[in-house]
Amino acid sequence: MTMDAAMVAQGGAASQMYQELILDHFRNPRNWGKLDGATCHGHDVNTSCGDEITFWFDVKAGVINNASFEARGCAISQAAASMLTDRLKGLAVDDALRLEKQHVLDELGVPISGMRLKCALLPLKVAKMALAQDDGALQGQSF
Amino acid sequence: MAESKLKHDIRQDFPLLHDRSIVYLDSAATSQKPKAVLDAQRRFYETSNANVHRGVHRLSVAATESFEAARAAIAAFINAEPEEIVFVRNATEGINLFARSWGAANVRPNELIALTTMEHHSNIVPWQQLAQARGCDIAYVPFIKESGELDLEQLGLVLEKKPKLLSLTHVSNVFGTVTPMAEVVAKAHVAGTLVLVDACQSAPHIALDVKKLGCDALVFSGHKTLGPMGVGVLYVRKKLLEIMPPFLSGGEMIKTVTLDRATYNDVPHRFEAGTPDVAGAIGVATGLRYLQNIGMEVVEAHVRELTDYAVRKLATLPYVKLLNKSANRLGLVSFTVDGVPAHDVASLLDEKGVCVRSGHHCAMPLHAELGIEQSVRASFSIYNVREDVDALIEALEHCRKVFFR
Repeated sequence: MTMDAAMVAQGGAASQMYQELILDHFRNPRNWGKLDGATCHGHDVNTSCGDEITFWFDVKAGVINNASFEARGCAISQAAASMLTDRLKGLAVDDALRLEKQHVLDELGVPISGMRLKCALLPLKVAKMALAQDDGALQGQSF
Repeated sequence: MAESKLKHDIRQDFPLLHDRSIVYLDSAATSQKPKAVLDAQRRFYETSNANVHRGVHRLSVAATESFEAARAAIAAFINAEPEEIVFVRNATEGINLFARSWGAANVRPNELIALTTMEHHSNIVPWQQLAQARGCDIAYVPFIKESGELDLEQLGLVLEKKPKLLSLTHVSNVFGTVTPMAEVVAKAHVAGTLVLVDACQSAPHIALDVKKLGCDALVFSGHKTLGPMGVGVLYVRKKLLEIMPPFLSGGEMIKTVTLDRATYNDVPHRFEAGTPDVAGAIGVATGLRYLQNIGMEVVEAHVRELTDYAVRKLATLPYVKLLNKSANRLGLVSFTVDGVPAHDVASLLDEKGVCVRSGHHCAMPLHAELGIEQSVRASFSIYNVREDVDALIEALEHCRKVFFR
């Protein structure tokens, strides 16, 4: 096991994760709190670090009308979740379920190092879990 | 200063620590290993590898002698008899063994098992499972929030209910507080309560003496006492061990087997089904011998001095909050950083080469009692120096700057 001495000296990959955009979403999370009239929700915990996320969605006619979340844990997972709620609003459930991991990483806009990938990607996993359970299209038609 | 009692730079003995860009402050999770341990394991495989207690050939005899010598050395380390030492994979397995074997044979519906709210999950979940299986109850002795010390008054109240067993940690893996175990055991025995001690965080730093502690059983993990991963130690007082039913079954744990039934081997072999990790046991004994050669009093003084130094230095950072304030602390300190979640702290410390633990440290109930989810833990061993603490402080300043620039 070796450390990249240069990276250690100048502040490396970890520092670069905490850009202003990420810190802003962490400190001022968008779409925070339980959503009244949510048609589905999902919750999960990252067992390796204890990050915990809940999403709520209001889905009508297969489209995500509104999205919200609550999270406890690290700045990376909270920022990723906050950004994701913004992105999912107005999106068709089918399209949301097809969102790739790379989308989340692109939104974060910084390289996410090693063990922290799980933190960054937990929100997408939980959101998809919630939306898949809902089967939004059918539920939307029944309204 | 205790450091001066160390005869040489201990770090020279630990190959991984030759890389001076690493500041290893996570010994409470697992310690680093001295070369002597690695050599001893390799030597076993190169010179006397054979299965133990099986053959009459010379290699099997040599392997068996080395294995039993390791057991005797480990027994001596805690002042027990060799036949009171059961090899398991880790402390977790030791507690599970005791809960399944002793618990299933001795605990009846509505009887009580006593734990504390500062236990590691490994000393909670096996008892929850026993409670489900046997219909017994669990009572928790709380800790004092300010100090992180066991609430001895509340312990007295729980003992009034005469629990069958009190299972508790010697040194908290989150607070670092040392429980006055001899006193606790004496009180428990007056109530007719047996005591199982989780010595995972005390065995690396304190001279343990099961006769002085008076405990009925004790567990620790060899990988935290400079030994290899994969070997834990369960001590059970002989009279008690002898009447415990087997845990796992198969070879080695039997005396005779017919197609209908088996008779079981004597202790401790009754609890060691299958081929054991012989090299691992030798490694654990070698690690303990390494500590004893330094002297456990010197080890304890060194670790205590470093722990106190870390507490003093951390107290100078206004944005760092220690989880507990106690002078009676050994080997570790846990804290939170204002405005920075624990995992982000750990990532940013790692960038400076400082390795700490972040999260709930397998003690979610403890964190829930404090009303927090996570914390950061720095822990110390014989190979750490004051400069390591200084590096931690510097890295925390870096972390704070990244978040609040």
